[in-house]
Amino acid sequence: MALRKFLGGIVLLAAAGAGAFYFITAPQRLPAETWASAGEPDLANGERIFNAGGCASCHAAPGAGEAERLVLAGGLALKSPFGTFHAPNISPDETAGIGGWTLAEFGDAMKRGTGRRGEHLYPAFPYASYARMTVKDIGDLYGYLKTLPKSASVPPGHDLPFPFNMRLLLGGWKFLYLNEAPRVTLADADETVKHGQYLVEGPGHCGECHTPRDVLGGLKTVEWLAGGPNPEGEGRIPDITPVEGKFGDWSAGDIAGYLETGFTPDFDSVGGAMVAVQKNMARLPKEDREAIAAYLKAVPAR
Amino acid sequence: MKFRTLAVAAALAVIGAGVVAAADEPQVVRQGMMKKMGGAAGALAGIAKGEKPYDAEIVKASLSTMVEVAKTFPDQFPAGSETGHETEASPKIWEAMDDFKAHAAKLGADAGAALADLPADQAAVGAALKTIGADCGGCHEVYRIKK
Repeated sequence: MALRKFLGGIVLLAAAGAGAFYFITAPQRLPAETWASAGEPDLANGERIFNAGGCASCHAAPGAGEAERLVLAGGLALKSPFGTFHAPNISPDETAGIGGWTLAEFGDAMKRGTGRRGEHLYPAFPYASYARMTVKDIGDLYGYLKTLPKSASVPPGHDLPFPFNMRLLLGGWKFLYLNEAPRVTLADADETVKHGQYLVEGPGHCGECHTPRDVLGGLKTVEWLAGGPNPEGEGRIPDITPVEGKFGDWSAGDIAGYLETGFTPDFDSVGGAMVAVQKNMARLPKEDREAIAAYLKAVPAR
Repeated sequence: MKFRTLAVAAALAVIGAGVVAAADEPQVVRQGMMKKMGGAAGALAGIAKGEKPYDAEIVKASLSTMVEVAKTFPDQFPAGSETGHETEASPKIWEAMDDFKAHAAKLGADAGAALADLPADQAAVGAALKTIGADCGGCHEVYRIKK
């Protein structure tokens, strides 16, 4: 009799716990008023954010050359320890793409990883970085995306084994890893460094490759930008903190020059996944590359 | 005492021989070729950035080096050289040797075209370097694994 009561108590507690988990980790939407301040989209800035954010690198069709870079048909496979993701179509096509989305829906995806149907999105889409973007930049980006060519392409869905195919669990992931806090605290950061911090920690999402991850796939922020195994499989991603004798020997000018030309100080050339990134960095205004370089000289060496 | 000296001398001889022998290994040869390529790119970049004065001889020599390297570089990837000597060569090279060779050929062609129509000033050197730099990155994107 006591045992039955005890077991009953456990079941009740478990149910309450599950309910609390579900409630706390439910997909979030930002208040509708958030987007009122976005104003008329500045398309030039939207294009700049598009390049800083590297949207084409994941969302253009696989094998797309320079000419088709702006057709965001999706389909690129992103292998991970959790299975293979396929980038969706984010062209302005109303049926196959995001043409029917409102700014608020787009913004909720970017900053909270919440999909249009209120589902959790997988953090292979780096909303854990994009969460730091300003309303204005997201509004401008949204306006720019609407000007791009439509694609009717329907890419495959994600290929994830159980339990990773359960979007519900992403609520727990977000509870642990989704926030807008600065990744590092920089004393005496001047405007250039702060601007670089915004670009790197926000739209640039550099840390998503350059920071090692833990077993749940969250970033180990104590090792911010310290490099690690390539999340897409082969080789290593370099440490880009100012370690003496290594990346610390690069001047801010060297870093900005590399982002512009792809040449290292000893004239090795960029390779691997960084090639697409560098091409995007080369499209940015000079001040943005300089700001990124200033930030990389200021972060703690790991 | 004599035995110890002999042993140290023998060890050094073996190590020395190893170093000399390694110098012929394709992995080491091709790494040296890439360093040469970097040196040539650096010389051109100095002019393109305005850090060094325009010098037609340097431009010619740098582009010639690039043409030379591009010609024989793919020969340094025989079967059996996929690993060892800290090579950063991706296994994809042997899976798609024709495409790999095509990348080298494109670099040689672009450097050769610049050599034939020699860039005559800082701006032209910059333009040539941009084209060549894209060739470098295009091959590294697929065929080099950063270790």
